[in-house]
Amino acid sequence: MSGFLSRDTSYNERLMHLKTRLIHHPGAVCEHTGAVSPPIYQVSTFRQHGVNRHKGFEYSRGENPTRQVFEQYVADLEGGTRGFAFASGMAAISACFMLLKAGDHIVATEGLYGGTFRVLSRVFERFNLRYSFVDTNDIDAVNSAFRDETRMVYVETPSNPLMVITDIARISELAHSRKALVVVDNTFMSPYLQRPLELGADISVHSASKFLGGHSDVIAGVAVVKDQEVASRMKWVQVSVGGILGPLDSWLLVRGMKTLGVRLSHSQESAQAIATWLCGRPEVERVYYPGLATHPRAEIHREQADGGGAILSFSLRPTIDVEKFLTSLKVWSLAVSLGAVESIVTQPSRMTHASYPSELRERIGVTDQLVRLSVGLEDVDDLIGDLEEAFEKSQVDGRKP
Amino acid sequence: MAKPKMSSTVCVHGGVKPVELSGPIITPIVHCAPFAFNSTAEVIEFQEGRSSRRQPEYGRMGNPTVACVESRLAALEGAERALLFASGMAAVTSLLLSLLKSGDHVVMTRDSYRRTRDFCTTFLSKFGVEVTLVDPSLCEIEKALRPSTVMIFSESPTNPYLHVMDIEGLARLGKNQGRLTVVDSTFGTPFNIRPIELGIDLVIHSATKYLGGHNDLISGVVAGSEELLQPLAEMRSNLGGITDPNTAFLLERGLKTLALRMERHNANGLALAQFLESHPKVRRVYYPGLPSHPHHEIAKQQMAGFGGVVSFEIDGDLEKTARFIDQLNLPHLTPSLGGVESLVEQVVVMSYWQMPKEEREKLGLKDNLVRYSLGIENIEDIVRDVAQALDKI
Repeated sequence: MSGFLSRDTSYNERLMHLKTRLIHHPGAVCEHTGAVSPPIYQVSTFRQHGVNRHKGFEYSRGENPTRQVFEQYVADLEGGTRGFAFASGMAAISACFMLLKAGDHIVATEGLYGGTFRVLSRVFERFNLRYSFVDTNDIDAVNSAFRDETRMVYVETPSNPLMVITDIARISELAHSRKALVVVDNTFMSPYLQRPLELGADISVHSASKFLGGHSDVIAGVAVVKDQEVASRMKWVQVSVGGILGPLDSWLLVRGMKTLGVRLSHSQESAQAIATWLCGRPEVERVYYPGLATHPRAEIHREQADGGGAILSFSLRPTIDVEKFLTSLKVWSLAVSLGAVESIVTQPSRMTHASYPSELRERIGVTDQLVRLSVGLEDVDDLIGDLEEAFEKSQVDGRKP
Repeated sequence: MAKPKMSSTVCVHGGVKPVELSGPIITPIVHCAPFAFNSTAEVIEFQEGRSSRRQPEYGRMGNPTVACVESRLAALEGAERALLFASGMAAVTSLLLSLLKSGDHVVMTRDSYRRTRDFCTTFLSKFGVEVTLVDPSLCEIEKALRPSTVMIFSESPTNPYLHVMDIEGLARLGKNQGRLTVVDSTFGTPFNIRPIELGIDLVIHSATKYLGGHNDLISGVVAGSEELLQPLAEMRSNLGGITDPNTAFLLERGLKTLALRMERHNANGLALAQFLESHPKVRRVYYPGLPSHPHHEIAKQQMAGFGGVVSFEIDGDLEKTARFIDQLNLPHLTPSLGGVESLVEQVVVMSYWQMPKEEREKLGLKDNLVRYSLGIENIEDIVRDVAQALDKI
């Protein structure tokens, strides 16, 4: 399948801007019918014309044509060799850890997503995979966390939910000098804003349920691999463990990604406005958003990404009743997840990061007063107006701050 | 005259929320033919209109997924109600069949989608409905009116020459004399123009185009007052040209990015039109956003933007124009319009090839006419591609 049917192939695809590549991607057009929307191959097995003689498709756990379109699409945007689609973001992240073996050690970003923490501490630890959490931008801290058995550095940047930034190029250089793979969870940025493989990382992993799908109607994950050797190991994990993505969900992701550019541009602009507005509010103690000049690592982020993105967090002063604040919101949906057309508000301590022991959670700064926002596509005035009204309704004892 | 200002919030949240089953923020896809009752008493209550239940007994009469999407479309169009159909043509034909009867007369603009025009002039005439085709101007429409005229039907902007009607004027022509006014607003979209707010009775869309926006579904919609749409809903139940729940779901998913997509389509359309107008190998550009367009003034007053379709004449004949089309790399060579992917067609080749040249000329369709539907790609890539194709002819 080719993005441009069989017309002039000398047209230089690499010259095309990202916005155009989002529309004209590998596999966008069905070569059999000319359909400009890829077919949904809802099929498990493929007829062979001789024993083990087939057209590259044997059984859909191994390869499925619709899933392949999604995988190649993301790989093209991320600048990787191959993409691997999984049934959820956690299935994709777990597949990265399955590249390792018992006794291996992982250095990971402190305070990362609760689901990643849970799978490390409650699943992989039982199989003797070791891990240490550090601020992955602090090279001294990373150095002292490194052991002889360290085989992977796992980075979230910006981290969830405190938006801590890690310099991907710098950590990759360090990790590679010590023979460790670098995995970056790129969910918060998407390849539209940040391409970790181009900065030196080996794997870019996503919860595709978020910005890639973008419409809150798919659960999926994807890992894009830079290097052929790692790709064949990942392929082996995908086929053997089998947490693959179905054809219909693959197709919905492809459809959703056509508007990734317009969605993210819009949401990012609104997020920037909301972050700036929150900074001036007496109810707010601190705003965490890498698009703000006051963010301690704004400079590093600006160099490796094209904007602050559409996620931000802020901590409320004790004069605000958080529960009341969250339930007073009307336009914002109180829910987990992020990266959707609908704006979503989350209390990380009790929702996304509930799997952390409470002491550790407090230490990394995920307090009950912390609120995470995922900015959708609504009019920014409606979003700010809703926050303002909720602030007013949630003063403790009706006091003004 | 008020230009619309579309709220992206309505695109994302407009209309009724899905039934509160388990708190999903997405409308569930209800694939179901018969809808059950709990008791005979409930059936009778429902039959007598005393029940709070809205869902009819059978999927051809209505479906919960479809109903949610219809209410969002009504909210976007500023209408009391909207009805979805299996295609734009199902919407048009169901509407005409429900509102017209033998002996009626319809005035219709000549520049319009071919199958709409053909249905009126060949099919409806068999059943005693007379149709007069006119140039798209208020003056020509007024001249064609008769005492038996019950409906004025116009596209705006029209296909493929992008004429823009004075919508308020059109509404007055109808209202003053008790005639129904119908506007096919497919090229306009509620982002750029909302004819109902300007006094038009019924608005039609091929929802396949900008509303769906992803070139992956076929659907149509009619919006208007409850009074006019109730008989149309009955007619839809009889003719059966309904939208399936999965298509309705995809349509709603598309609507969430309508405002964003339209901003980009508008910007891309204007930029390409401006580029083409200054190019020596292009004879004429038809785009209402250009000051050179004969209806630019009225378009500017009533539209928030001018859409993503640009029609233009290559300075050359049919073959030279075909050569230009074949040199393009970025747009897909195909009919349709309004999706995220750019599409291009040479109008007489794609849509009128079977029609004798003399007849095509009578309709004003030129051999060298190109219709370019701009997607949401990067405009520099689109313009560079068009420029290189023009350089090669």
